[in-house]
Amino acid sequence: MKLITAVIKPFKLDAVREALSDIGVQGITVTEVKGFGRQKGHTELYRGAEYVVDFLPKTKLEVAVADSQVDSVVEAISKAAHSGKIGDGKIFVSNLEQVIRIRTGEAGEDAL
Amino acid sequence: MENTIFELQYAMDTFYFLVCGALVMWMAAGFAMLEAGLVRAKNTTEILTKNVALFAIACTMYLICGYQIMYDGGWFLAGIALDGAESAEALAESVYGEFKGEDANAYSNASDFFFQVVFVATAMSITSGAVAERMKLWSYLLFAVFMTGFIYPMEGSWTWGGKEVFGLYSLNYVDYAGSGIVHLAGAAAALAGVLILGPRKGKYGPNGAINAIPGANLPLATLGTFILWLGWFGFNGGSTLSLDSISAANEVAVVFVNTNAAACGGLIAALIFARLLFGKADLTMALNGALAGLVSITAEPADPTPLVATIIGAVGGLIVVASILLLDKLKIDDPVGAISVHGSAGLWGVFAVLISDAEATFVGQLVGVVTIAVWMFVASLVVWLIIKAIIGVRVSEEDEFSGVDISECGMEAYPEFTSNK
Repeated sequence: MKLITAVIKPFKLDAVREALSDIGVQGITVTEVKGFGRQKGHTELYRGAEYVVDFLPKTKLEVAVADSQVDSVVEAISKAAHSGKIGDGKIFVSNLEQVIRIRTGEAGEDAL
Repeated sequence: MENTIFELQYAMDTFYFLVCGALVMWMAAGFAMLEAGLVRAKNTTEILTKNVALFAIACTMYLICGYQIMYDGGWFLAGIALDGAESAEALAESVYGEFKGEDANAYSNASDFFFQVVFVATAMSITSGAVAERMKLWSYLLFAVFMTGFIYPMEGSWTWGGKEVFGLYSLNYVDYAGSGIVHLAGAAAALAGVLILGPRKGKYGPNGAINAIPGANLPLATLGTFILWLGWFGFNGGSTLSLDSISAANEVAVVFVNTNAAACGGLIAALIFARLLFGKADLTMALNGALAGLVSITAEPADPTPLVATIIGAVGGLIVVASILLLDKLKIDDPVGAISVHGSAGLWGVFAVLISDAEATFVGQLVGVVTIAVWMFVASLVVWLIIKAIIGVRVSEEDEFSGVDISECGMEAYPEFTSNK
């Protein structure tokens, strides 16, 4: 099992969500985060004083998937979250040791 | 029949003072919201507490001794309920008597107090924003006791009260609703406090760097500005002091029109000026601009034409933007721009009187404004220094970091969303 973490532009969330639904992913967790990559920030003025807007708002989503689904999920997210402009984000794939469904106690792929 | 007219006039003028006083009271809400919007989230509860408490203290101290000092209105307002009459039954006759003679006017003394007391609260409130985010709450409230009970009433007694300044000289100073008497006075007290207090940690860096500390809630700041704007119709409009004749009523109408015009001029000028300087629209400058326009016209809202009033306000709007930037260059940290809005624009307002008022003189205005500024600044400085020596005025560095909501009030304004910056 794998945990797929994606940091995307916030306005792309709906598109990604639909794309994941379309390929049968049944659950995702979403967090509002801030970050930067190579996009860097910019400076603004507040009452004449400069301040740097370093961290840009992004949306992080996490999806737990079976090994067999990893490629299709990564592709779905990539396509849906893509805008071509700097700051589109990244996808991280990491190993998932165990998954448990709290209500029923199911574990492993049954819990996905 | 004549007595009936007198009754109506008395009732009208009394009512007018009460309604205008209520509008000026509403400015307290304006100040509270404006300041709450321009400070950081972690300091919001404290500034709100300061605002509600200073209003209560101002009204109470003025009741106790301030009104007596300023107008001989009676210690603890003794006798005010009977409006100068011997008894309740004698009230009507006493009032009729006041109407005899030319230009005689009468209204309930209690309504006069009510109208005056909310001005005290306004002057006091000007200081609360300038010292925000790093002053001890109780030190501030202690200062409020002295400013509203003594310092402002003394200054008011020489100006509106007509008394000699320490028996030395009389003022020949024109100030319709108080650009100098209320606004510059408050700003002078604020400046004294800010100099004693020092800037917020992290506001100024090495090599003249000025760091932005953005306000947490611009909707509140905007709401506060509009509330102040509305209240100002009572502030300037009520200062006509009468509504009961054709000329008075017309003057009041002109005052309303000019007051509004000046606010608009100030806002537009500040907005455009800031846009030229910074490249984008700065809402906070626009808000300060509107208020600066209002302050600028406050010394003479009746005589100018509406166009001139707009221009007077616009000049105030330009001045306030320049002043805000200048104060930061001088490392005088004023989170809400109070010293600039009320002091710099107030100073302009005092001299703007000369544009339209034929009876005002340059020397008269100068002596008046210097008297006010020096007294308010020095007296306030003394009180601030004494308070600093006894209980201190500034919170500790840790408390400033975690926020004065926690250190002074023990409760957050936005409990789910506060983050320490």
